Amino acid sequence: MARRLTPWRWAVLGLAALYFLVPLAASVVFTVDVPGQGVTFDAYTQILSTDGFTSSLLLSLELAVATIAVVLLLMVPAVVALRLGAPRLRPVVEVVCSLPLVVPPIAFVAGIVTVLKWGPDHLSRTPLFQTFVAIQNPSFPVVLVLAYVVMALPFVYRALDAGLRAIDVRTLVEAARSCGASWPQALVRAVLPNLRGALLNAAFLTLALVLGEFTVARLLGFQPFAVWIYNVGGSQAQMSVAVSVLSLLVTWALLLALAGAGGRTQTASSRG
Amino acid sequence: MTTALPRADVAPVASAKRRRRAPGWLAVVPLLVFTAIAFGLPALAILDGAFTAKDQTTGATSYTGANLTSSLQGPYLTALVGSVKLSAISAGLGALLGLPLAQAVVSSRSRALREAVLTASGVLANFGGVPLAFAFVATLGNAGVLTVHLGLTDKGWDLYSFWGLVLVYLYFLIPLMVLTITPALDGLRVQWREAALNNGATGVQYWRHVALPVLAPSLLGGLVLLFGSAFAAYATAAAMVGSAVPLVTLQIADALSGNVLVGQENVALALSLDMVLVAGLVMAVYLPLQRRSARWLDA
Repeated sequence: MARRLTPWRWAVLGLAALYFLVPLAASVVFTVDVPGQGVTFDAYTQILSTDGFTSSLLLSLELAVATIAVVLLLMVPAVVALRLGAPRLRPVVEVVCSLPLVVPPIAFVAGIVTVLKWGPDHLSRTPLFQTFVAIQNPSFPVVLVLAYVVMALPFVYRALDAGLRAIDVRTLVEAARSCGASWPQALVRAVLPNLRGALLNAAFLTLALVLGEFTVARLLGFQPFAVWIYNVGGSQAQMSVAVSVLSLLVTWALLLALAGAGGRTQTASSRG
Repeated sequence: MTTALPRADVAPVASAKRRRRAPGWLAVVPLLVFTAIAFGLPALAILDGAFTAKDQTTGATSYTGANLTSSLQGPYLTALVGSVKLSAISAGLGALLGLPLAQAVVSSRSRALREAVLTASGVLANFGGVPLAFAFVATLGNAGVLTVHLGLTDKGWDLYSFWGLVLVYLYFLIPLMVLTITPALDGLRVQWREAALNNGATGVQYWRHVALPVLAPSLLGGLVLLFGSAFAAYATAAAMVGSAVPLVTLQIADALSGNVLVGQENVALALSLDMVLVAGLVMAVYLPLQRRSARWLDA
């Protein structure tokens, strides 16, 4: 039976490989083989010196770090607490963390734009107005972090919940507590190391989300990495494709690194 | 959570109990407060704005259903229908093409192939947005490598069209389908197939009467997930077609930035509400299906 399936299987895999690899290969060719200039690597060498590349990439990375920190700080204590002390809140948290899935990013940003307009319209004489101005500071737009944390909630919740399901949190915490650890110590030194794979997973998903995010940033008028690629695409086609290819490679490398770092934990937990 | 406990209760046992319970509530509160502000306010703004009309001359506001009505008329309706059509077709194709790919990977019993395909799917399912659009423009756009070398323009090929978008969307929808359906395919027992074959069934009959019914909830769930994903996509379309193909996400963006007409913000919010309703419907179908298919995997 298995042998009879083989040609069919190879045909499917071959077609899939063709479909997924050709655009990548063609993109590389497109960036290297410029009409009228022959083979040139200018598109890649010019990236670093192009206006806005470093600043937009740095902005994206800063946003990613801030988002990961905030979302983990909010979610880890909450999901651990759901296991230990407040199981009745579980449905509430589950619904809260699924709600962002129902609101597409473009609708979400439409809402944010409206809320931000309340600032000048209604609050200009209150101290809150300063807050509205501060979170829209172009050098580090906190409002994007707020939006990204909300958008990351469903993925982070799922990753952490899957990680927690694999370990016995209560026993771990009770063991740590009876050895004299304080609550924070028990959480940081007993629970978190066992959640390494899930934490890495959550962090990676958030990183991928923030680095690739375009909708919210563009409509709020900020210029992180994805928006920069888009803006460059208008004038320098070769380079925008080169950056796109590089960003895919970077994502790939990050995911492989994650698989390497978290892989052992994950296989262990799936067997356990 | 400070409760006025009688003095006798502040014994070690009671305080230990209280300490266990107090963090339970307190640890969830920041999350709930944060979502109430960062998610609740924009959601309320959508709801409020969708039903509000602002008089351009006097600045007075009043509640009305006119925004919703106009969001379901003319170009806005075309865009909404276009989005639903594009999402339905690409989700259907994605599911149809993702299933054999996942089955080929699962049935190969090669660990390396499986790991490679699943890792690649994880990357590609997240490879939406601007880079994806540019990769396809470089490949099949007007000056794309394949377009030029194969002379596709003369054959009527146009990437910046409905079917062009479908082709691009499949690039992240097929991997998403593979990721969604692989656990379900893993749940198909070899024994079921053997039992069916021993009873004289052919391979086709096994698929029709055993495998597909078992897979049906997961398949439908995957289909719905793909639909939602394609429906919400904005970056890819914006970077690729501009507004050559009418899509609701592009309309919202145009209305928000005042590209077409001034004062369309409330219609944008009404369109957003339409999208939320469609996405909500999608999730209402998806979640029960996911729970149902999880039952087979655990059994």
